[in-house]
Amino acid sequence: MDMHRRSLLAAGSAAAVAPFSRARAQGGTIRLGVLTDMSGPYRDSTGPASLLMTQVAAEEFANRGFTIEVVGADHQNKPDVGANIARQWYDQGMDAIVDVPTSSVALAINQIAREKNKVFLNSGAATSDLTGPQCSPNTVHWTYDTYMLAKGTGNAIVQTGGDSWYFITADYAFGHALQRDTTRFIEAAGGRVVGAARYPFPATTDFSAFVVQAQASRAKVLGMANASGDTLNTIKAAREFGLHRSMKLAALLMSSTDIHGLGLEAGQGLLLTEAFYWDLNDRTRALTQRVRARNQDRPPSQVPAGCYGATLHYLKAVADLGVAAAKADGRATVARMKAMPTDDDAFGPGRIREDGRKIHPVYLFEVKTPAESRGPWDYYKIAATTPAEEAFRPLAEGGCSLVRS
Amino acid sequence: MASETTAGPMPATMGEARGFLGYSRAQLVALVILVAALIVGPYFLYPVFLMKLLCFALFASAFNLLIGYVGLLSFGHAAYFGMGGYIAGYTAKAYGFTPEVAVIAGAAVAGIQGWIFGWIAIRRQGIYFAMITLALAQMVYFFCVQAPFTGGEDGIQAIPRGRLFGLIDLGPDMSMYWFVAAVFLAGFVMIHRVIHSPYGQVLKAIRENEPRATSLGYRTDDYKLVAFILSATIAGVAGGVKSLVFGIATLTDVHWAMSGEVVLMTLVGGLGTVFGPMVGAAVIVTMQNYLAEMGAWVTVIQGGIFVAVVLAFRRGLVGEIAHLLKVKL
Amino acid sequence: MLEFLETITGVPTPLLFGQILLGLINGAFYAMLSLGLAVIFGLLNIINFTHGAQFMMGAFVAWMLLTWLGLGYWWALILAPLIVGATGVVIERLMISRLYKLDHLYGLLLTFGIGLMIEGFFRNQYGSSGLPYRIPAELSGAWDLGFMFMPVYRGWVVVFSLVVCLATWLVIEKTRLGAYLRAATENAALVQAFGVNVPRMITLTYGAGVALAALAGVLAAPIYSVNPQMGTNLIIVVFAVVVIGGMGSILGSVLTGFGLGVIEGLTKVYWPEASATVIFVIMAIVLLTRPAGLFGRA
Repeated sequence: MDMHRRSLLAAGSAAAVAPFSRARAQGGTIRLGVLTDMSGPYRDSTGPASLLMTQVAAEEFANRGFTIEVVGADHQNKPDVGANIARQWYDQGMDAIVDVPTSSVALAINQIAREKNKVFLNSGAATSDLTGPQCSPNTVHWTYDTYMLAKGTGNAIVQTGGDSWYFITADYAFGHALQRDTTRFIEAAGGRVVGAARYPFPATTDFSAFVVQAQASRAKVLGMANASGDTLNTIKAAREFGLHRSMKLAALLMSSTDIHGLGLEAGQGLLLTEAFYWDLNDRTRALTQRVRARNQDRPPSQVPAGCYGATLHYLKAVADLGVAAAKADGRATVARMKAMPTDDDAFGPGRIREDGRKIHPVYLFEVKTPAESRGPWDYYKIAATTPAEEAFRPLAEGGCSLVRS
Repeated sequence: MASETTAGPMPATMGEARGFLGYSRAQLVALVILVAALIVGPYFLYPVFLMKLLCFALFASAFNLLIGYVGLLSFGHAAYFGMGGYIAGYTAKAYGFTPEVAVIAGAAVAGIQGWIFGWIAIRRQGIYFAMITLALAQMVYFFCVQAPFTGGEDGIQAIPRGRLFGLIDLGPDMSMYWFVAAVFLAGFVMIHRVIHSPYGQVLKAIRENEPRATSLGYRTDDYKLVAFILSATIAGVAGGVKSLVFGIATLTDVHWAMSGEVVLMTLVGGLGTVFGPMVGAAVIVTMQNYLAEMGAWVTVIQGGIFVAVVLAFRRGLVGEIAHLLKVKL
Repeated sequence: MLEFLETITGVPTPLLFGQILLGLINGAFYAMLSLGLAVIFGLLNIINFTHGAQFMMGAFVAWMLLTWLGLGYWWALILAPLIVGATGVVIERLMISRLYKLDHLYGLLLTFGIGLMIEGFFRNQYGSSGLPYRIPAELSGAWDLGFMFMPVYRGWVVVFSLVVCLATWLVIEKTRLGAYLRAATENAALVQAFGVNVPRMITLTYGAGVALAALAGVLAAPIYSVNPQMGTNLIIVVFAVVVIGGMGSILGSVLTGFGLGVIEGLTKVYWPEASATVIFVIMAIVLLTRPAGLFGRA
């Protein structure tokens, strides 16, 4: 609380969404800041749920001889706002920043954490540069990235017979990267890409023109190399034009909260890749049971679950290393995180590679039909599983300077 | 009421009182306070926050040059601010330009862009002018999303602050702060000088009554275009400096929401006042930081401020104070 | 990549025809939105920056009627414009009406602020990832035109919006009410002297313009994702449409809307990357050659 007040007086940012403190302890205090999108397009898939899941991890790790404080703030998807908050947080004793969706903000925080020798636990950003050219000894990238999405979807769908593809791609770096990476896996698995339509982002709301072109291509799979609202509108148009009768729809970046907004009627049969789903196994169901009531009666989705896993593992490393040492040296804390095997209810056992990439199994899900769904949020069935060691970009290919060749 | 379609003058200016450098006595007092605040500020407040504030203050002052003194509401000023940031950031990072050269490069590109857009937009007035500038700025936004050099959604990251004139390392926040403060003050004084030059007097005449200015033999379109270019260039300077301060240049600064924010800053501070845009920028930037906890309510509150200011405090903060004290600020 | 080039260069004629049809559907939204803007501008002389938010409200009210009251699409088509139009009347009475004596730019700033508030409010209440709204059973399905599937609902959008645009035009050009309206646009004081309650007429005109935006929103709800941002990007394009057409004539803004929809649709086939900017480029060309717009009065 004290830190919270001081940061406000310092005329900067560092405002808290929900300050939280626990336990009487002598061993010092570990401070975690959840910097996320509370007001923009990623609010539903990150935002308040990410803050909550970080708090849950802190609560579950309470009473180990040190106090844990969790605060949250909204970066409004603006890198300068995010950077401003991060600098002040770190300067005023914040030990780790958690989540940070939106690649531009995440890359900015990545720099600051390194400069200040603190810890950055990313769950929400998609860019695989975080563990590639821009990798940092202070950063762990937990949940997903563009490479893993492309592989999980591209490779697995070709394996199940979807060997000819047509892409509808958002015409900017993110869309290009998704299409390029996915194409590589499709071709490596023996499939081919018969065409693509690049549409202007973010100016397009009507996708029917591209859907009709996709239909004319006679491909078996429609790959949607875009995100959030654009993907939803593409799916809606595809159903309207009867595309789902002749083609499989594959979304390259989508989360269960998007399916909720789309509805099963329109979403059924859709293929998508995620690293976490609440109904995977007994442990994920138990975790969901614990948090659901506090999360607007929703099960956690992939990114908040990643905040939970990353925070828990970070706290284990802190306990192992000693609070004083952990607070003094972010690099050493991350090194300890990499040295210890991970294990949590959301992702099961796993590990963090030397480039900062957390690895775990990745699932290709198929969205259920309304008849198959047994209740609210019962959305997915597993179509394919990629083992942890194969799901992410091989160490040598990332161009990360931390990797000794 | 409805038959009058001319976009008349927005703010009313009070009588002219000339003093030192064209500043009135009240303005001189305010200027002294400002310089003093610039000097002691970083010892009390977070320097990075202050630098951000100064960048926006300069941006808002550049915008105010158009709306306050020529009566042209540009709803696309983010295009110049953001482009200035991208060019300065890119040249500093990719070509190793020193900070002052990078900022000049950013300003130059923003100015050229302002020339082209101004040339198109000044064909219409009033709300048409606003809509046209907004549409053109949206085009720039789309361009920046796609162009390879901007880094798309990731933006340009890790822009070096570099060495001023190749000598002084701007890495430490305090050195950077003095650079930003100097740029701000220079821009601020320059805008003021322009307004009080004979050229500025013609601009005011155009704002008050364009047909009359035309009949007096002034080629009003040329005057408006020069003002537009100047405003765009200074906005580019502000954007360039901001990208060096934070080491990043991203899509946020070319988005239409940024164009809206600068309108809000100027409106809150007081259209057509010398110190208004700066005060407005301070209010809005501070508010955005403190209200980070409010989540989506930030948008609602910003909208609410727009509504409140337009309905009840059209003079803005500085305008109201000036009115109360019966001075010009 | 080769296949992609094939698609751009050698587009078969029937497919082209299909794309023109799709362009018309987009144009229908441009037409209805720019029509509403033109109606409001005609009498109030302000550009209604809240228009995008009111379009979004139309879609949201349709969703609320369905979710809370069980009233389906057809009810929404009638009720949503009335409800959103009523909120417009309140906004005009409480706020916009205070600005008529001032520079028109203040009206633009005010409506921009109101738009921000509405959008922020809806994002707070309903999140950002959108809400589902289904195509009504009567209009679901598709016609097989041989060369493409034409969803029934899309056809309905074109026909219905044409009817709405024509009806608006008829009301303004051919009825007594419309005559008052046109007269008030020219000289409000004179019309007032004839015993017409001009302030009330202005209020209702604003409400009607807003209702048109809401109606477009209801039409959009089943095909686009219902989310708080749905109106924002659209409205900037519609501004460009309005600048191209010039706001002088009702028929002009309708024609421009449909025409630009088709041009944009064709761009999506031949050069999809440029389809976002084509309207802005046309705007620049029109401004350089006919500053008043295609149908505007200088």
